Amino acid sequence: MFYRTHVLVEMTSASLAFGSAQLKEALEREIERVGLQNEIKVLETGSFGAALPSPFAVVYPDNVVYAPLAIRDVRRVVEEHLLKGRVVQDLVFRGETERAVSEFFFPFPLAKEKRVVLRNSGFIDPLNIEDYIARDGYMALATALTEMKPEEVIDRVKRSGLLGRGGAGFPTGLKWEFTAQAKDEEKYIVCNADEGEPGTFKDRLILEGDPHSILEAMAIAGYAVGAHEGYVYVRAEYPQSIRHLEVAIQQAEEYGFLGDNILGTGFAFRVKVRKGAGAYVCGEETALLESIEGKRGDPRVKPPYPPQRGLWGKPTVINNVETLANIPPILLHGPDWFRSIGTPTCPGTKVFTLTGNVNNLGLIEVPMGITLRELVFEIGGGVRGGHALKLVQTGGPSGGTMTPDLLDVPMTFDVLTKYNSSLGSGALTVIDDTHCVVDVVKSFGEFFLHESCGKCTPCRIGNKRIVEILEAITEGKGKSEHLDELAFLGKHMKMTAFCGLGQAAPNPLLRCLAFFREEFEAHVKEKMCLAGVCSLKSPKKVRA
Amino acid sequence: MEILDSLYQEVEEIVEKYEQEKTPLLAILEEVQEKFRYLPRNVLGYIAKRLDIPSSTVYGVATFYSFLETKPVGEYVIRVCKSTPCHVRGGLNVLEVLKRELNLREGETTKDGKFTLEVTSCLGVCGVAPAMMINEVTYGNLTEERVREILALYRR
Repeated sequence: MFYRTHVLVEMTSASLAFGSAQLKEALEREIERVGLQNEIKVLETGSFGAALPSPFAVVYPDNVVYAPLAIRDVRRVVEEHLLKGRVVQDLVFRGETERAVSEFFFPFPLAKEKRVVLRNSGFIDPLNIEDYIARDGYMALATALTEMKPEEVIDRVKRSGLLGRGGAGFPTGLKWEFTAQAKDEEKYIVCNADEGEPGTFKDRLILEGDPHSILEAMAIAGYAVGAHEGYVYVRAEYPQSIRHLEVAIQQAEEYGFLGDNILGTGFAFRVKVRKGAGAYVCGEETALLESIEGKRGDPRVKPPYPPQRGLWGKPTVINNVETLANIPPILLHGPDWFRSIGTPTCPGTKVFTLTGNVNNLGLIEVPMGITLRELVFEIGGGVRGGHALKLVQTGGPSGGTMTPDLLDVPMTFDVLTKYNSSLGSGALTVIDDTHCVVDVVKSFGEFFLHESCGKCTPCRIGNKRIVEILEAITEGKGKSEHLDELAFLGKHMKMTAFCGLGQAAPNPLLRCLAFFREEFEAHVKEKMCLAGVCSLKSPKKVRA
Repeated sequence: MEILDSLYQEVEEIVEKYEQEKTPLLAILEEVQEKFRYLPRNVLGYIAKRLDIPSSTVYGVATFYSFLETKPVGEYVIRVCKSTPCHVRGGLNVLEVLKRELNLREGETTKDGKFTLEVTSCLGVCGVAPAMMINEVTYGNLTEERVREILALYRR
């Protein structure tokens, strides 16, 4: 059926919390009341990217944003705009992020944006498999199963140069090849959707907005390495992602894209969803496997790596959600197309989530190699309230700390490593100069203290001691030897912690200790907080 | 005694639902918790016996994950995000407002058994920071006023 107009209602965890489900119902009810149900369709979509006042509705192709749209105003929008064609001006969104919003949506996507991973998010109804199919969904799986040998699939992924998007940046094709080479009847594909890195919510929006793309990619991976079973491990904080995945799995089975005889080719592949239970460390791949196995999420010794011995000791591919979402387009359009995006050493796009003290919060997909300046000041609309930028934490607490002198560094896995930083998950937490660096570093430290699994001493005691010292410093009880002790602890945790969590934990501390030495010293020596955040004397308070 | 029997019967149904799986422990604990809101110690013992695994293993898993509770919690568990993206947008203030409104400290439950207040790591909704979760519903763009409005909804 052809609809002249679509009304898009974003259904993410965040917008649901503001009543987007009720808004959708109200819109449908009113549209039916005026008899337009055959002309206008209300679509449930994934995230639009920009964080607008929720719940909101976008009228397409008119490109009018009603945000927020209260239930009591729905009748007016339907009668005036949809029936009579007159935009309800007083309800149109004109917030302070108006300019940014128009850039986010229209032209959709925005000029700097390149949508590969988020190709469908916001465009399709994630709960309707036919919407996905209409946008080439399951074409890549069909092509792989009917026209390609498993080796050819792996070869194509390898040649694309796709690097794992979970944070470590390991070549995906190699991971698949190692798993394919392992001789075992039983193998597994695991999708890591335990997105716990503070500031990161890209995987949630992919799962909520386009769950079929992940199922399709997992089936392709299964075919490539010889696995017939897959697990998606989703964190408990994402009930909406779990719901969308479960609906998608059921639909894919009904349509024969998952099951015992996929597309009549005899290839069998099934996917199950496993819900996490609130433990950040389970994002570490071997801890995640332990958790799927129903145990405590304690990381395992590596090697052996999962491609040799993974889930239940069997060869296993573990890929991040964003990594998998790249797979169908790579198969359909080829490695050369993929390599035409991004940089030679780091091809493709990256989804970034803008958080913290930036004007436009939200997520954005751009080619690899974009600079932090473009991300924060052009796309993000700059630092809120006209304040100065203090630092940007990239990839969450376990990632890297970028100071204003590094704004023009291209954002890729390999370049950031050179600056002792890390692209990580793509989280960007912008922190302005009203914040105290000691307080911010303490907040990172508290996170790791809370999330350390306790298995190894450097991480368990190291994080505890770091937080204790930082607390003392912010309370004016700092001693000059404290700064050396922090540096010592950080260095030794990096060298001796058992897993990536403990090794990465001191990263922000060490970088800030070096770059913002003055602020730390003012706290310790003069008992002064330059930003006036800690309950110490401050230059601001003196002036007042 | 009768109450106890019916309790075990409900747990037994959940165990049976998952015991064919290769490693069902976490899934069982999650569903038992959904039903009883927490994992009573005797139930943990029962699950250990039924699955024929050490009770220390079951207890170890139950205490590892922050969404699993081994003590009774309120009807509504409020989880306030204290990770950095919320912290730099006033997350601490949200926690203070909740503490004051509910007269609770972190980890405590109101006397009427209605609310438990917990702090948590990132909820993954940093686009609407500061944020909190009440049971399965996430709330963002919190201000002092909005926190009060939301609490009022649950107090009814």
